[in-house]
Amino acid sequence: MKSWANLAIEKALARRASYADVRVMDIRHRDLSTKNGQVGRMSEGESLGLGIRVIADGAWGFASTDRLTVQGVESCVDEAIAIAKASAMAKRHDVVLAPEQSFVDTWQNPFIKDPFLIPIETQIAVLLRADAEMRKVKGITLAEGSMSFRKIDQLFVSSIGSAIHQTKMQSGAGIVATSFAGEEIQKRSYPNSFGGQHMLRGYELIEELDLVRHAPRIAEECVALHSAAKCPEGKRTIILDSSQLGLQIHESIGHPIELDRVLGMEANFAGMSFLTLEKLNSLRYGSDIVNVVADARLAHGPGLGTFGYDDEGVPAQCTPIISSGQFTGYLTNRETAAAIGQSRSNGTMRTEGWNRLPIIRMTNISILPGDHKFEDLIADTDDGIYMETNRSWSIDDRRYHFQFSTEIGWEIKNGKRGRMIKTPSYSGITTEFWNSCDAICSRDYWTLWGTPNCGKGQPMQTMGTGHGASPARFRNVKVGIASSD
Amino acid sequence: MPKPAKKKKAPRSRAGSGHKGLAAHDHRLGASELRRIADKIFKLSEADETEVDVSAVTSALTRFANNTIHQNVAEQGIAISVRAVVDGRTARASTNKTDEESLRRVTAAALELAQVQPRNPALLPMLGPQKLQKVDRFNAKTAAATPADRARAVTRVCQMADRQKQTTAGIFSTGLSEFALANSRGLFEYYQETRAEFSVTILEKDSSGWAKATSARIDEIDPDALAERASKKAADSRSPREIPAGKYTTILEPPAVLDLVGFLFYDFAGTCVHDQRSCFTGRMGKKLFGENISIWDDVYHPVQLGPPFDGEGVPRQRVTLVEKGVPVNLVYSRATAKEMKAKPTGHGFSLPSEDGEAPFNLVFSGGKASTEEMIRSTERGLLITRLWYIREVDPYKKVLTGMTRDGTFLVENGRVAGAVRNFRFNQSIIDMLANVEMMGPAVRASGEESFDMVVPAMKVRDFNFSEVTKF
Repeated sequence: MKSWANLAIEKALARRASYADVRVMDIRHRDLSTKNGQVGRMSEGESLGLGIRVIADGAWGFASTDRLTVQGVESCVDEAIAIAKASAMAKRHDVVLAPEQSFVDTWQNPFIKDPFLIPIETQIAVLLRADAEMRKVKGITLAEGSMSFRKIDQLFVSSIGSAIHQTKMQSGAGIVATSFAGEEIQKRSYPNSFGGQHMLRGYELIEELDLVRHAPRIAEECVALHSAAKCPEGKRTIILDSSQLGLQIHESIGHPIELDRVLGMEANFAGMSFLTLEKLNSLRYGSDIVNVVADARLAHGPGLGTFGYDDEGVPAQCTPIISSGQFTGYLTNRETAAAIGQSRSNGTMRTEGWNRLPIIRMTNISILPGDHKFEDLIADTDDGIYMETNRSWSIDDRRYHFQFSTEIGWEIKNGKRGRMIKTPSYSGITTEFWNSCDAICSRDYWTLWGTPNCGKGQPMQTMGTGHGASPARFRNVKVGIASSD
Repeated sequence: MPKPAKKKKAPRSRAGSGHKGLAAHDHRLGASELRRIADKIFKLSEADETEVDVSAVTSALTRFANNTIHQNVAEQGIAISVRAVVDGRTARASTNKTDEESLRRVTAAALELAQVQPRNPALLPMLGPQKLQKVDRFNAKTAAATPADRARAVTRVCQMADRQKQTTAGIFSTGLSEFALANSRGLFEYYQETRAEFSVTILEKDSSGWAKATSARIDEIDPDALAERASKKAADSRSPREIPAGKYTTILEPPAVLDLVGFLFYDFAGTCVHDQRSCFTGRMGKKLFGENISIWDDVYHPVQLGPPFDGEGVPRQRVTLVEKGVPVNLVYSRATAKEMKAKPTGHGFSLPSEDGEAPFNLVFSGGKASTEEMIRSTERGLLITRLWYIREVDPYKKVLTGMTRDGTFLVENGRVAGAVRNFRFNQSIIDMLANVEMMGPAVRASGEESFDMVVPAMKVRDFNFSEVTKF
């Protein structure tokens, strides 16, 4: 890896690049799935290549290749230089980067069991056992399970002298029960919807999830949803489970704080942000108890947004995003930090792979725990709805107005959890919603969720992000709007 | 309102003016090289049957924002995927390394993966050679486009925005891909395609406009015309006012129609109906949409892209999915067809796959109305440019939610009466397609929520807007 990276840097500097950085990445994956007692997907793969980013004539160029020969790498550098010179045709000013030190380091996330050394038949057997448990429940028409594993071995080398070798091991799994009856399709997922839970951990995560034990419960809940009550319409107190709150954070805090969005760089596709620059340190984002951080450090947990260094060589950091309800920080890179007069990037440049340009991405965007026990939170609620496990999500292109629905809910009356509610939904305006938060559960109920499928950029890049959350209560929220009636 | 693509005279390109025959940017490997890689793998394989997919991609994308180029990228890569079959079991392994040792390793890995799984009684033998209908989707000029070609077009668009005191953001991308599917029973199928895409957003202080086009031929992309269209949308949507949410007669331009009806595509898969998660489960042969709605899957349509064969090499068929409002046919892979006692239609995914198949080349019946005629005939309604962040709320009623974006207008007494703030909608697509009052000609449309399809503009009754946002 190192010889190809050094060759690329040398060649770029010889071609008069004023700055260059190279990522050589070797990505290995294993994906398994089952459906109704049969193996669905079973594949393994690897992808090795190199991407180089240069500044030449004051403008950016990026090119990538998997032809790792002297000729292939040199041709790739030539392409990056030619692209930078083309970029310079429409430049307004030269690219300016916030200063950064050089680092020579290695980093690896800890894990106990290498998932690629676990026999594939063992992994398939777990999914098939969970599948069988779900299908034992009368009314289940579809049982599905999946596991996925990634090992990313990457070397970052830059023209300021950094050489950083990182290895990330990622594991994830989930199961879904679906029931079709009458005019309705219901589903329940464990431990989360849309692929389950994913973390920077080894196979020990899959063992801890214990898919087989939870399979009967979600299957029974799925069938019961057909006869559950409809979600009422109107303003209600709601309590969100930690996984749904994690997605709420992702959509209504994580994306709007991306400084490239704020500065208009994503306007054509992902959109912009309501968090315009004058709002930094002046906007009341949430209530006094809302504290949110962007924390990529391992100390925060082995989330999908955890790393040693970002993909432009900046060390992992913890940035306060919302402090006692006040908006205090954006996600930045070296270029955007300089653009708003900040002295250093807070390290959020990430790339999907060797063939993609690093862009600002969420790291672990987490709400810090409060002090409530979950049981006390329910007991303290006279009239509300507890909502669990996301089913659909949508938010406008400036991140003001959102609508979410969950797979299942329960009515809360006089401090007690009551009847089941099918597909509960809620909607609102971001800052009004976070200002209505009046209780957050404690560290005992806090989970660092992994969202493996966050899309951003052109060409689109899919990235894993982390979101720590514990159940929380929100007052006076509009519910039941998700219907075409 | 774009005119139907097949009647449209290709505009003279101002984007690819640097083209002088095939340039260094055409990195095609060619069918013979892809076949050579596949043949190497067949020699290395000890499986009962072996299938090889080899794909090679070269693409570049120039991205602009704030009236300057801020990201500008290129990629080149190959992917080799091997499927092994042994004793009624199958699995897949992939690599992007073409050296002998890597090919040996990926071939062995596919076999080892296959050996450790349960037998699949539904697994069919691989196909022998097939006769394919030819399609021509490779354009040398598109393949030869350079960073300077794209930068010149983008610079003109940025200068136009400067003159209009507007801000622009968008992309101009060009690329080529080639793909070969081969198996140890002698099947070898090759497909190559070029693609050009220009998407532009124009912003003002309180408004925005958008336009986008894709084609195999760079000559059919006119960045200046698209930017002018987005610029006018932005100017026309200044000072949006808030009007109440509710049910409105709504005129949806083709990209808005595309991003809604695109959510139907997997419902037409035999597997989806068999799994009882399609909105057509129990509804085949029943009148569901209006008499004016017919839908086909047709990879051979002149403005469609994509290979004329599926993941197992079955030639794609043109399939009538909906006829005069009635869902009449589904698409099937070989295995799904056997399970459901139907015939394969050439829409299967690469195996192994639990998802079966899907139609990726939907073509809707259109009408003859222009958008102007739709506006003139509307007493009170909304005109929608584009939709955003669409998600499924109810899979059987096919209720979708999402937002309007980049140009939302009130129509009153037959004319556009100004811009309005963006809405959230919650709308059943089944109901929407039962309420279509007028349609324009079907055109190749491009959005952000669905792959490109051939759809018309539509005027629909009682489209349900549930809430209003702040801009």
